[in-house]
Amino acid sequence: MKRPAPNLLIGGTLVTVVLAMAATALFWTPYDPMALNLRARTLPPSELYWLGTDEFGRDVVSRLLLGASQSLTVAIFTVLLAVAVGTILGLISGYVRGITDRILMVVSDAVLAFPGTLLALGLMVIMGPNTMGIILALGIAYTPSVLRIVRGSVLSAREREYVEASRAIGNSEFYTMIRHVLPNCVAPVVVLATSMFGWVVLAESGLSFLGLGVPPPAPTWGNMLSAARPYLERAPWLGLAPGLCIAFTLLGINLLGDALRDRLDPRMER
Amino acid sequence: MPALARYIGKRLLWTLPTLLLVSVMVFFMVRLIPGDPVQLILGDQATPSEVAQLTRKLGLDQPIPVQFVLWLGQVAQGDLGNSITNGQPVLPLMLGRFQVTAVIVILAVGLATLIAVPAGLLAAWKQNGRLDIAVVAAATLLMSVPSFWLGLVLLLVFGLKLGWLPVVGFVPFTENFWSALTYIVLPVATLTLIEVGVLTRMVRASAIEVLRLEYVTHARAKGLSERQVLLRHVMPNAFAPTWTMIGLVLGGLLGGAAVLETVFTLPGLGRLLVDAIFARDYPVVQGCLLFTALLYVLVNLIVDLCYPLFDPRVTAS
Repeated sequence: MKRPAPNLLIGGTLVTVVLAMAATALFWTPYDPMALNLRARTLPPSELYWLGTDEFGRDVVSRLLLGASQSLTVAIFTVLLAVAVGTILGLISGYVRGITDRILMVVSDAVLAFPGTLLALGLMVIMGPNTMGIILALGIAYTPSVLRIVRGSVLSAREREYVEASRAIGNSEFYTMIRHVLPNCVAPVVVLATSMFGWVVLAESGLSFLGLGVPPPAPTWGNMLSAARPYLERAPWLGLAPGLCIAFTLLGINLLGDALRDRLDPRMER
Repeated sequence: MPALARYIGKRLLWTLPTLLLVSVMVFFMVRLIPGDPVQLILGDQATPSEVAQLTRKLGLDQPIPVQFVLWLGQVAQGDLGNSITNGQPVLPLMLGRFQVTAVIVILAVGLATLIAVPAGLLAAWKQNGRLDIAVVAAATLLMSVPSFWLGLVLLLVFGLKLGWLPVVGFVPFTENFWSALTYIVLPVATLTLIEVGVLTRMVRASAIEVLRLEYVTHARAKGLSERQVLLRHVMPNAFAPTWTMIGLVLGGLLGGAAVLETVFTLPGLGRLLVDAIFARDYPVVQGCLLFTALLYVLVNLIVDLCYPLFDPRVTAS
C-alpha cells in the first residue's frame, strides 16, 4: 500500500470540506441567509457574525454555506448531464458509425468552435437567467468533449479481440457495448469529469458575477462577489470570503484531478 | 515545399465548413431568444402597420432559410445591422471595443508565455525536486483563483489601499499613453497571473515527456551542456502543445474577457456583449457572438498554420 499522494490528500480534504458546507446548508445555517436586517448592515466580522454581514444585513457565513450548495448543485447536475448525454452519443457515434457518426461529429465540431464561456453566454440568453438555464447551457457546452473522448475509446475498443469474441458467442450488440466497450471509457471520462466539475464551478460563478447566473436574492459565490464590489473599501470581507471559497473549491478539484490522472493515465506513471 | 502547401491548403479548406456551421448556429441562437425583435425595436406603442412595415424591412416575413441567406449576404459585406439601443452600426462599435480587449489580452498572454516557458522547463528539468514542487504548487494555486476575484483583490490593494493606480475607468492609448498605461496595469497583471498557471503546467508536462525521449539522452551523451540540451533540444519539441494551448487561450480571451472587463470597468468586447444581452439588443448580441466565434476559429487556424515551424513532422502526415 502506497502512501497517498499529497495532492490526493489536500485535494480530497478541500473537496470534502466544500461538500460538507453544501450539505450543512441543506439542514442548518447560523442565520436565515435571506433575512434582511437593516440595523446590521455591513458589520465587520465579530463573535455574532463570524464573517460579518452584507449590505442588507444578511449573515455572510449563512450565505456562503447556501452558496456552496447552489454552486455544487449546478456543478453536479451539469457534469451529470454532459457525461450522460456525451457518453450515450459517444457510444452510438463510435459503435454505429456511418452517417449517424458524421452528423454527431459535425454538430460537436460546431459546438467546440465556440469558446466554452461564450457558448454558455449565448445559450443563457435563450434560457434566461435561472438555475435550470445554467445547467442546460453549460451542459450543452461541455457535452461534445465527453462525446469525443467516449467515441475515441469506443473506436479503439471495438476492434479488440474480446469485443469480437463477445459478438461471436452470440451476445447482442447492445450487451457487448455495455458490458465490454463501455468500461474502456470509464477512466478517461472520470478524469475529464473531474476537471469539468472545476470548469463548471468557475463558469457558474463567472456568469452569476455578470448577473447572468442564478438570480438574487438566492446567494451564489459569484453574485455575492459582484454585490460586494461597491463595498470593496468599506467592507472588504464581503469580497474576500466568497472568492476564497471559489478558489479553495477549484484548488481542491484541480489537485484531485491531478491525483486521478496520475493514477488512471498509465502514460503519466513514474 | 509541396507537403507544406498541401498541409496549409487542407487546413484552410477545413475551416470553411466550420465557418458555415458557426454562422448557422449564431443565426439560430439569436432567433431562439424569446421575444419578438420587431416589438423590441418599436416598443409597446407601435401600430400594427408599423410592425408589418418593419417586419418586411428586416426580412422577417421571409421563410427562415431565405432569411439566413439574406443575412449571410449582409454579413459578407460587413453589414451586421444597427444597435437597437443607440442606432450605431454594429461592426464599427465592436471593432472599437475590440481594440481595448485586444491590447490587454495580447499583452497578458505574451507576458504569461514569457514567464511560463522558462518556469515550466526548469520545473521539468528538476522534476520532483524542491523547485519543481514549488513551481507546480504556485501554478496550481494561480490556476484555481478566479480572475474576477484576483482582480478585485489587486484593485483593493493597489487601487484603494495604496492608491498607486486608478480604480475605475479607461483612457485610450491614442489620447494619453502614460495615463492609459496606468489603467491597464491591473487588468493585464490579473490576466497574466491567471494564465501563467495554466501555461506553466502545460510546458512542464510536455517537457517531462520530451525529456524521457532517447534523443535527449543521446544529446547529453554527446557532451552537450544541460543548457544546450534544454534550449536546443527539449524546448522546441515541448513548445508545440503549449503553442496550441496559447491559441485556445488567446482565441477564447480575445472574444472578450467579460468578467475581467466588468471588474475593471473596461469598455471591452465582452462587456459590450453582456450589456447587449441585458438590453436585449439582439443585433449587437448576434454581431458579438459571430465576431467572437470567427475570431476563435481564426486564431486557432493561425496557430495550426504556424505548427510546422515547431514541428516539421506535421506536414509529413
